[in-house]
Amino acid sequence: MRIALFVTCVNDLVFPGTGRAVVEILERLGHTVEFPAEQSCCGQMHANSGYRAEAMPLVRRFVDTFAEYEAVVAPSGSCVAMVRESYPRLAADDPGLAERVAELAPRTYELSELLVDVLGVTDLGASFPHRVTYHPTCHGLRMLRLGDRPLRLLRAVRDLELVELPGAEECCGFGGTFAVKNAGVSGAMLADKCDSVCSTGARFVAAADNSCLAHIGGGLSRRSDRPGTGGDQPGVRAVHYAEILAGTVRTPASTVGGTK
Amino acid sequence: MTGTGNIVARQPFPQAAKVRLADPQLRSNLRRATHTIRDKRLRVVGELPDWEALRVSGAAIKDDVLARLPDLLDQFEAAATAAGATVHWARDAEEACAVVTRLVRQTGTDEVVKIKSMATQEIGLNEALEAAGIAAVETDLAELIVQLADDQPSHILVPAIHYNRRQIRDIFAERMPGVDVSALTDEPAALAEAARRHLRAKFLSARVAISGANFAIAETGTLVVVESEGNGRMCLTLPETLISVVGIEKLLPTFGDLEVFLQLLPRSSTGERMNPYTSMWTGVSDGDGPQQMHIVLVDNGRTETRADPVGRQALRCIRCSACLNVCPVYERVGGHAYGSVYPGPIGAILSPQMTGPDAGANRTLPYASTLCGACFEACPVRIDIPEVLVHLRQRGVDAHRGRPSAERTAMGAMSWVMRDRRRYAAALRAARRGAAPLRLGGRRDHVRHLPWPLSGWTGTRDAPLPAAQTFREWWAGRGRG
Repeated sequence: MRIALFVTCVNDLVFPGTGRAVVEILERLGHTVEFPAEQSCCGQMHANSGYRAEAMPLVRRFVDTFAEYEAVVAPSGSCVAMVRESYPRLAADDPGLAERVAELAPRTYELSELLVDVLGVTDLGASFPHRVTYHPTCHGLRMLRLGDRPLRLLRAVRDLELVELPGAEECCGFGGTFAVKNAGVSGAMLADKCDSVCSTGARFVAAADNSCLAHIGGGLSRRSDRPGTGGDQPGVRAVHYAEILAGTVRTPASTVGGTK
Repeated sequence: MTGTGNIVARQPFPQAAKVRLADPQLRSNLRRATHTIRDKRLRVVGELPDWEALRVSGAAIKDDVLARLPDLLDQFEAAATAAGATVHWARDAEEACAVVTRLVRQTGTDEVVKIKSMATQEIGLNEALEAAGIAAVETDLAELIVQLADDQPSHILVPAIHYNRRQIRDIFAERMPGVDVSALTDEPAALAEAARRHLRAKFLSARVAISGANFAIAETGTLVVVESEGNGRMCLTLPETLISVVGIEKLLPTFGDLEVFLQLLPRSSTGERMNPYTSMWTGVSDGDGPQQMHIVLVDNGRTETRADPVGRQALRCIRCSACLNVCPVYERVGGHAYGSVYPGPIGAILSPQMTGPDAGANRTLPYASTLCGACFEACPVRIDIPEVLVHLRQRGVDAHRGRPSAERTAMGAMSWVMRDRRRYAAALRAARRGAAPLRLGGRRDHVRHLPWPLSGWTGTRDAPLPAAQTFREWWAGRGRG
């Protein structure tokens, strides 16, 4: 199967390890991954902030870049939700574009959908000897309805202890530009999410979206050296679940060492 | 004509929210209350195998109403008039208040009893009556608490959600006329008993009552009120004159349509299978109930809202407040931060549409959401609130094109860079290089303080740094190796 990787702009620049992990996983399963270099950003930040005119060239670019592939995979629930849920709306005024979106959107998958639904695998032969909790993220949960797909993948990982996150379905408070425009409320939501994560005793909080993880990870990082919270102890780390799935006994996940 | 009244935010949302965030008691009250109702709602909704079908029906009926609203309003007026009611029309809050004030004055009374009603809150009726020398007594328990406290409601369904029992006890002890302070504890039964004694005297003496309506049936001219305490039933049956203030979107085409909404509404609002009191009345009957029946149909920005093909779905709202109870933003700041009688997610799309986005600080309301989607999932009439929020943000951005702003410049520049491969790759390289000096600090992957405009991010959280190598650089190197 000809699978194209849409790595997303945030991952390209800040979390390239997640893209590398997706390549590792798919190649281990015997698939060829292509990375169309013409890709950039899905336009979610523009569109969700009201800049539709600025988003449209990026919508067209995405469609032009990926139209020829059998399957497009992205390690980001919100970017995939953008393509599948918002592109049809954005393209509605342009019948030609709308038709191309209608063809491409159903072939654009979040990683767990591609693995579980299309490729039919849940056990990737991964190993990760740590206690992990999982945050489902709003777009993965309510727009893509990923359900337990990521959890099924994580449960199959050797030596991984998966612990339930209290209030898992509650938003972490990221919300794109919301985190800056309404920093106060965002911070209050983040504090509650970090409390929940820390209450699990997990070493890692995993999710399917590095944007939410940057926010949660940033909160946990800030907290890790607050007086009285054990600044000298290793804090809880935020990690994309693809990076967990990419690690094996022979080649442990790179994130464990704390580098990217 | 745009709407007026208590639907205009005086302060930008982030500023108003800041004040509420600083109140830990408020947050804990809100958290407890919203989670309790949220869990109850999930339980009773889960009992219905056809819940999704009911939601779809509810949305379809309301959309049909919105599509033929002028005709249905004519039909309602004719049916209600034939049954002995008098129908009045009001374009905005001022007109509506003037009509009601005139009607009350004509009866010669200076005190009216009221059923909790969003429409009268919206138009600021109590304040208008007070200015005319008429006392309006709220008879809903929570509404009474808010009125005695000289406060504004914080929630559509639970106006006193921001108070706990101890606070309510203190309000009653200080403000309720004739209250027996020695018997007043903070037990719910004691508080209810005090309110009952206070209100009973009002019910028996009042000659005029003012209500809203949950539904208005075009076919028959019938008004419907659902409530849980029985105070509504008292108001609707005891006084000589009944004045009902009704938003024009409250219509349902036929009596049979109630079947859908009387299932959707109580489950979504109070988490109950059925509300305790459902009152329906059609005009007047000789010797039974009020002998004067007035209906004031209020537009107040609804016609403008209806004109927007995406935003009009906000008018499906049946004021159940399910969206408030599941909203993580509402849960942290409460209703007052929204500056309107319609708080929470529905308020964020309803208020700026009814008043026009530039009224007061209403333009900030569509940004008071992370677009998490919990409100859409909970809405019994399937209002896609996130869709409307984004639509209103877009309307705002488009309306102010041409005015310089740092955000617009940044968004435009990013879009320009991202639509070209070479520009984009170069920008990634530049960002990666720019971050290199920051990586030399003690922490390998996070930075504590960033300069403006990124300082908004590092106010509450560390920021991740660009990686030492972008993904596309790694990919290119891999191809060569």
